[in-house]
Amino acid sequence: MALSIEDIKKVAHLARIEVSESDAAATLTKLTGILSLIEQMQAVDTTGIEPMSHSQDLSQRLRDDVVTKANLREEFQKNAPALGNGSAEPAVAGGLYLVPKVIE
Amino acid sequence: MINSSLKQLGEMLQAKKISSVELTQTFLDRIQQYNPSINAYISLDETKTLAQAKAADARIAAGNVAPLTGIPIAQKDIFCAKGWQTTCGSKMLANFIAPYDAHIITQFDAAGAVNLGKTNMDEFAMGSSNETSYFGGVKNPWSFDRVPGGSSGGSAAAVAARLCAAATGTDTGGSIRQPASLCGFTGLKPTYGAVSRFGMIAFASSLDQAGPMAKSAEDCALMMNVMAGFDERDSTSLNREKEDYTRDLAKPLQGLKVGLPKEYFSEGLDADVGKVIEAAIAEYKKLGAEIIDISLPNTGLSIPVYYVLAPAEASSNLSRYDGVRYGHRAAEYTDLMDMYNKSRAEGFGAEVKRRILIGTYVLSAGYYDAYYLKAQQIRRLIAQDFVEAFKKCDVIMGPAAPSTAFKAGEKVDDPVAMYLQDIYTISTNLAGLPGMSIPAGFAQSDDGVSLPVGLQIIGNYFDEARMLNVAHQYQQVTDWHTRMPAGLE
Repeated sequence: MALSIEDIKKVAHLARIEVSESDAAATLTKLTGILSLIEQMQAVDTTGIEPMSHSQDLSQRLRDDVVTKANLREEFQKNAPALGNGSAEPAVAGGLYLVPKVIE
Repeated sequence: MINSSLKQLGEMLQAKKISSVELTQTFLDRIQQYNPSINAYISLDETKTLAQAKAADARIAAGNVAPLTGIPIAQKDIFCAKGWQTTCGSKMLANFIAPYDAHIITQFDAAGAVNLGKTNMDEFAMGSSNETSYFGGVKNPWSFDRVPGGSSGGSAAAVAARLCAAATGTDTGGSIRQPASLCGFTGLKPTYGAVSRFGMIAFASSLDQAGPMAKSAEDCALMMNVMAGFDERDSTSLNREKEDYTRDLAKPLQGLKVGLPKEYFSEGLDADVGKVIEAAIAEYKKLGAEIIDISLPNTGLSIPVYYVLAPAEASSNLSRYDGVRYGHRAAEYTDLMDMYNKSRAEGFGAEVKRRILIGTYVLSAGYYDAYYLKAQQIRRLIAQDFVEAFKKCDVIMGPAAPSTAFKAGEKVDDPVAMYLQDIYTISTNLAGLPGMSIPAGFAQSDDGVSLPVGLQIIGNYFDEARMLNVAHQYQQVTDWHTRMPAGLE
């Protein structure tokens, strides 16, 4: 499956990574190389083979539905990034995180 | 003292021949002397480190000792350690101060070990040369113009240059074993699920596994006694009885069945590396091992499968870095989408972005069956190869890496060539099996430099104690593991 510049732009959008025009061309070359490596898989007949997600084939453990974690909000919010657009203040207010307005 | 084993250091500390503060200071002084050129550490915090050493001395004075009490250990910068800068080698987390401890950090603290500092690594553990680190490459202590391997390159250089008593690493596709091979020391990737991933920054969750990087198999066994064990905070942690990984070290190897997979000795293996591995196998014969030819026919598929599964899992795991709650946020942006796009474009390096894009592509609409599902099916074929092999042998041996340390810059622009570094290690991760690399000798580079070669030992599930025994017995009759790079005494 040959990749195009349009594919790179679409995937970059899905991944929320800005890619400039010049980067997109360079990325296309590198990703095409990686995908041709991956294509070797297609030669294998895997009909009827159960997919393996985890070596021990364990199912998820269940636990009682009770609170087990302490509230570390203040501790966590010390790592908030700077607000940006000219403000070096942490992007938090009143225990909440600040992001650009999304609803008018 | 810098060459002493962990057991010897423990005995010296307990006999009060040396204090933990003195021992720790010795390593801090060496770090100050050599780290500016080697770049093994990303962050140091002498105040915290020495406070832990003082606490260890108080514990020793009170007679409350464990085998690693007072011993300074370097921690890969992928492990959250409360109050420590924890970057995972990325600009994205350059200012991140961990608000809690990873499980293994809690375990080392409980054992009274001292956190000596956080070691350099490929960004988000994606790399085989440590060249993708935002904090710069790491020098191979055996030859400064070469890479130490990766992704645990800082821990590798720190162990090889004796800038710590031992270190931790993580191994998703070979990131403990390949640097152990390239830097000439002993590294173990345990069975998937043996060591908790809690507080270890996620790359590919179904493959990531932490393990010890140290001077000998005996040291690794003592580290495993601290690191391994059930932790309910990791959903894939295995609930098994606590075991003593030193219990079988002294067992003789008479009758040990060693399988040699023909795929590990074919094209792509450097001829001089091959000779070193053959000499090591001959040594095992002398120790009473029986050598059996085996085949792992799907080895060649392990790299394509890995480069679907690992990027797919990474693209999901790394979606958390959005510039909202922590990590890098772009300085200028127009709206929320622009903030995400710019923060991630600026915060991640080129290799991380490539893998996120590959992962996003293979998981995107219409491609899931052709890539992700197919890769998971072939993953089972790769695991079944090992099930068949272990019907015939106790351990599998071969090279850990196809070549000795390569020069910095040599493969950095060719991702596929870099990925092939892990041809002998990746299938073990896909199968979830334990693997280790031990020093087995030296090979001459083209320009006449003598560089270390690692012998890989792969064991069956939960067979770490036997693998450590197999490695330890070899280290009783050889001295490769005691060699250290010239000029760093």
